Amino acid sequence: MQKSLLIDAGKCTGCLQCEMACSYENENVFNPSKSRIKVFTFHDEGRFVPYTCTQCDEAWCLQACPVDAIVVNSKTGSKDVLEDVCVGCKVCTISCPFGTINYNQDSGKVIKCDLCGGDPACASACPTEAITYVDADATGLARMREWAGKTDNTATA
Amino acid sequence: MQHVIIGAGPAGVTAAEALRRLSPDCEITIIGDEPEPPYSRMALPYHLVNQVGESGTYLRKKENYFDDQRIDILQDRVSSIDTAAKIVTLESGSEKAYDRLLIATGSTAVKPPVEGIGLPGVHNCWTLADARSILDRAKPGAKVLLMGAGFIGCIILEALASRKVDLTVVEMEDRMVPRMMNQRSGGLIKSWCENKGVRVLTSTRVTAIQQESDGRLSVRLGMNNTIEADLVICATGVKPNTSFLNGSNIEIDNGIVVDRHLRTTAKDVFAAGDVAKGRDFSTGSYTVQAIQPTAVDHGRVAANNMASELEVVHQGSLNMNVLDTMGLVSGSFGHWEGVDGGDSTELFDGERYRYINLQFRGDVLVGANTLGLTQHVGVLRGLIQTGLHLGDKGKKILMNNPLKLMEVYLSATQGTTLNL
Repeated sequence: MQKSLLIDAGKCTGCLQCEMACSYENENVFNPSKSRIKVFTFHDEGRFVPYTCTQCDEAWCLQACPVDAIVVNSKTGSKDVLEDVCVGCKVCTISCPFGTINYNQDSGKVIKCDLCGGDPACASACPTEAITYVDADATGLARMREWAGKTDNTATA
Repeated sequence: MQHVIIGAGPAGVTAAEALRRLSPDCEITIIGDEPEPPYSRMALPYHLVNQVGESGTYLRKKENYFDDQRIDILQDRVSSIDTAAKIVTLESGSEKAYDRLLIATGSTAVKPPVEGIGLPGVHNCWTLADARSILDRAKPGAKVLLMGAGFIGCIILEALASRKVDLTVVEMEDRMVPRMMNQRSGGLIKSWCENKGVRVLTSTRVTAIQQESDGRLSVRLGMNNTIEADLVICATGVKPNTSFLNGSNIEIDNGIVVDRHLRTTAKDVFAAGDVAKGRDFSTGSYTVQAIQPTAVDHGRVAANNMASELEVVHQGSLNMNVLDTMGLVSGSFGHWEGVDGGDSTELFDGERYRYINLQFRGDVLVGANTLGLTQHVGVLRGLIQTGLHLGDKGKKILMNNPLKLMEVYLSATQGTTLNL
């Protein structure tokens, strides 16, 4: 059974441990601006919404890549950027309708969530279980995936 | 079933792969006229800076990939198509029969009708062969004149500048990337380049090129200004590769005319990518977009309709682009120039080279220009293409501060109430 990230924004306290863990795991720095998961803050309500790639089936980023630099990880189902193949053209960054693959000016490549190869650091770091890594069927990703489907520019008559 | 695809770019290769998935038993042949394995022109600028070797530009990286997919690649050129007999004739003299044909021949860089444009030392930047010629001539200190500050001109600017050439850009419109960016952002890109030591001459035309006795080129600008150049790169535009279709019953109007199934006017002949005049998502009209994501869309839709009678309908591709001009990243989406009766909002920070402009029809985002923004920009595509109603409140927040895009997006899609 494939697993995916389940995000329950209602449990998020905005502590940013996920961003710290993500940037450390992937970029070797504690720097939220280098994180692949991003917590958005709704100040007036005191609400926080962690947000990252849902590893959608449509894989807009993968389809748009002109140099075959994004591949499906056969173990986790994540869509991974092959950094040595990515040329930094950024076409994936405008193609992903969720905005979850982004250009890193320092490396000249794009970065996105790869589920840390099957042990996502954000989920391990989250103290309130706002981010968990669970069986894919349980995640309620349906809403996000429905959104991905709506972006599809084909329809079957 | 015999599928023949003319053109080995992203549209042709995507279509071939989709055909293989959809019908495991069919025969698939791609006819391409360049000697290299299928490669991406988009990656050429990165090859110019030696960031990747030639193989880094290849569309597919696995060894024997096309053999493994049972996709035959034939190096040849198609000289004509007999749509009644369903046969293509190749320049080598042989013929190839098809059940379904896809024309994905892309486009070619054009050279404007300027005296001397055919001289040695005047190059397009379009093929791997062009890239080799440019690499050969663009030595440190060489005087290089780039004609055209459109998308392709801008994307090779960095490659040229990093080779330490003495660079001048000539653009006949009043700003850089005029077909992608508005006045304010196009102007900012110009000042960014000037600050990096590139001479940028907008509203200027190359009127003639001459070769001096020492072999150098002398380029006349307008009526009376002349500058010297060792190399002239011509990036003034592209045109769809359709000349081999002259005299056929395949209708051409700038690009190949297609319907919403990517069918041409000839039976069992489809067209995709830069050569096809496909449906635009924003306007519903038909236009040649010549961008990578559209080529992939077309390839996929065409393949579905070639493989079966399912009739997959193309809803239209969103015209969008992202460009890195010497480190300044710009983006353009849909109706970036606005719509009649619509509203717009913008934030301009000239000192930091940051800019965002959003265009609305009612409470729906329909277009955007961005500069200096690299995080979550894809959401602009998502919002435009889903036509999501932001509500009065969401729109008002963006009108006040367009950088609240992600918060408004999350509120609209994830049920968070809007109270920013």
